[in-house]
Amino acid sequence: MSAVLPLPTSPGPTRLLGVKAWTGVFAALLAVAVLVPVLNLVVPEGSAFHLSDYAVALVGKIMCYAICALAMDLIWGYTGILSLGHGVFFALGGYAMGMYLMRQIGTDGQYKSEMPDFMVFLNWKAFPWHWALSDSFVAQMLLVVLVPGLLAFVFGFFAFRSRIKGVYFSIITQALTFAAMLLFFRNETGFGGNNGFTDFKRILGTPIATSGMRMLLFVITGCTLIGFFVFARWLVNSKFGRVLQAIRDAESRVMFTGYDPLRYKLTIWVISAVMCGIAGALYVPQVGIINPGEMSPAASIEIAIWAAVGGRGTLIGPIVGAFFVNGAKSWFTQVVPEFWLYFLGALFIAVTLFLPNGIIGLLRRGKKEKAA
Amino acid sequence: MTPDLMKAGAQIRLEHEKKLAASAGLSGGRAASYGRVHEPGSLDLAHGAILYLDDITVSFDGFKALNALSLSISAGELRCIIGPNGAGKTTMMDVITGKTRPDLGKAYFGSTIDLLRLRENDIASIGIGRKFQKPTVFEQLSVFENLELALKADRGVRASMWFRLNGEQLDRIGEMLTLIHLKDSAQRTAGLLSHGQKQWLEIGMLLMQDPKLLLLDEPVAGMTDEETERTAELFLSLEGNHSLVVVEHDMKFIGELTQGKAHKKVTVLHEGSVLAEGSLADVQANEKVVEVYLGR
Repeated sequence: MSAVLPLPTSPGPTRLLGVKAWTGVFAALLAVAVLVPVLNLVVPEGSAFHLSDYAVALVGKIMCYAICALAMDLIWGYTGILSLGHGVFFALGGYAMGMYLMRQIGTDGQYKSEMPDFMVFLNWKAFPWHWALSDSFVAQMLLVVLVPGLLAFVFGFFAFRSRIKGVYFSIITQALTFAAMLLFFRNETGFGGNNGFTDFKRILGTPIATSGMRMLLFVITGCTLIGFFVFARWLVNSKFGRVLQAIRDAESRVMFTGYDPLRYKLTIWVISAVMCGIAGALYVPQVGIINPGEMSPAASIEIAIWAAVGGRGTLIGPIVGAFFVNGAKSWFTQVVPEFWLYFLGALFIAVTLFLPNGIIGLLRRGKKEKAA
Repeated sequence: MTPDLMKAGAQIRLEHEKKLAASAGLSGGRAASYGRVHEPGSLDLAHGAILYLDDITVSFDGFKALNALSLSISAGELRCIIGPNGAGKTTMMDVITGKTRPDLGKAYFGSTIDLLRLRENDIASIGIGRKFQKPTVFEQLSVFENLELALKADRGVRASMWFRLNGEQLDRIGEMLTLIHLKDSAQRTAGLLSHGQKQWLEIGMLLMQDPKLLLLDEPVAGMTDEETERTAELFLSLEGNHSLVVVEHDMKFIGELTQGKAHKKVTVLHEGSVLAEGSLADVQANEKVVEVYLGR
């Protein structure tokens, strides 16, 4: 083996995205940042091209869900760790944002007090300690990242160090979100009990319910989603991403190759949790409410369903899945509300039986057959 | 010991130290030949042994998988280990690679590195590579990517995020692909390879890590005769630069590995300890070994 042989192969995927994909990314950016605002704000309401506020709000909400689905794909699709508790990170980000929005109400609440209504109702005289920073937008935005990140880090550290895997890990994450939900349901916790936070009036001193503000939040959400997509793509295309997939396929081999799986799992787990937290923070001002329902086990399972329906391990798939399932949900609940759960159940069975790679898998198969 | 004896002893010691201080040079008063520069954490082979197991005992629910096992492998040696099922061969590898912690005993890599204090990935990083009984490769990644991950490089998270193959590393992967006869399958998904090819890929991945000691658990299981022969050739070419421990059932393969070299040792394990050690012929002639293998 002394002679240096010419390399027989290309050095693997080094390009972040192909030409087509970059075109798609820029088209999406253009649509989110220019097309939608113009169609909604500039085109008059009577016109056939006008995009209703309802549609903008719906798409804005689904884009938040899509960020969660993307985060789920990183941890489940690529690393093979199924989390059924991602709702807790989403809700924590949402609550951090909600606390700030509650403080922005000022004295415009029912009780005309500086304190949020629920605290007045509970006869509290001073803010609890964890509301200390709630007046500062910057501090709360930091908490949006830090709280889910820290929880994920501590939880992940102990779970991964104890080598908890597979279904056991899923069950523990489910228990985590359930426990958090029960905690947040309690009035004493200081998060508004089962009503959560709502009736927001302002953000950064500007009224929150105007079409301009709604559009701004929409654009920020869209750009965040696209940014996260490119970031996730960079992650999975790097050697780091290949180690994640290696952990999914044969963790012991990864270990005996000299990598510490704990660090890799913990890193992607925290990244995934932080993405969910940011999604939650974007969700709350657009939807106007956050309550412990977001931490219910079912909400977390839904995130996994979006990823599965769209196609795991593809990044774009879970985004498509989030749009498809939530689009269907909003259509069904308007037209035939009683059939929604049946549809969801049937969809899940159909995907499991016929589409192991989700919608994206189906599309790719179609393309291959055409090419063949 | 009486007080006057202690006093006398102290006196002698003091005088000795005075003498030392008077003759102290740069080596701190010790004979210079005693001092060797040794970096902590690096492999110390000055005493000839690369792996040293002493009195290792592992029990699972009362069953002793390893029973006071002692074994020493020299640097550059190719050692074959045989033994009937349940003799403790795989458990021994588990202990060396950090997967199983023994109840008793010592395990050293070189003269200074205590393996029992390290975790699996640290042990891999300091130069012990392991091939599993069942070929274990990253099935969803391509052959090329499998080798790329195994390539010796910084194993940290951030380093992996920014990792780029340089020309030298590309060449190294190319050489390895040729060596393991998978050049034409470089872009194939590893899961699609045949059993024998997976074995070769795994061996290739081990070699990419540049290990000093290779532990090979039944490396030719499921290989064709031709592949087995080629594997034997490969291992023999590694001998000297690497130390190899080969656990095998296939006596023909062991014959090929030890052929023509009577000094090459074969170790027979039985019920968790060493039953016999010596050249293949000696071992095969050993009555105890025959008894264990044939149940007489």
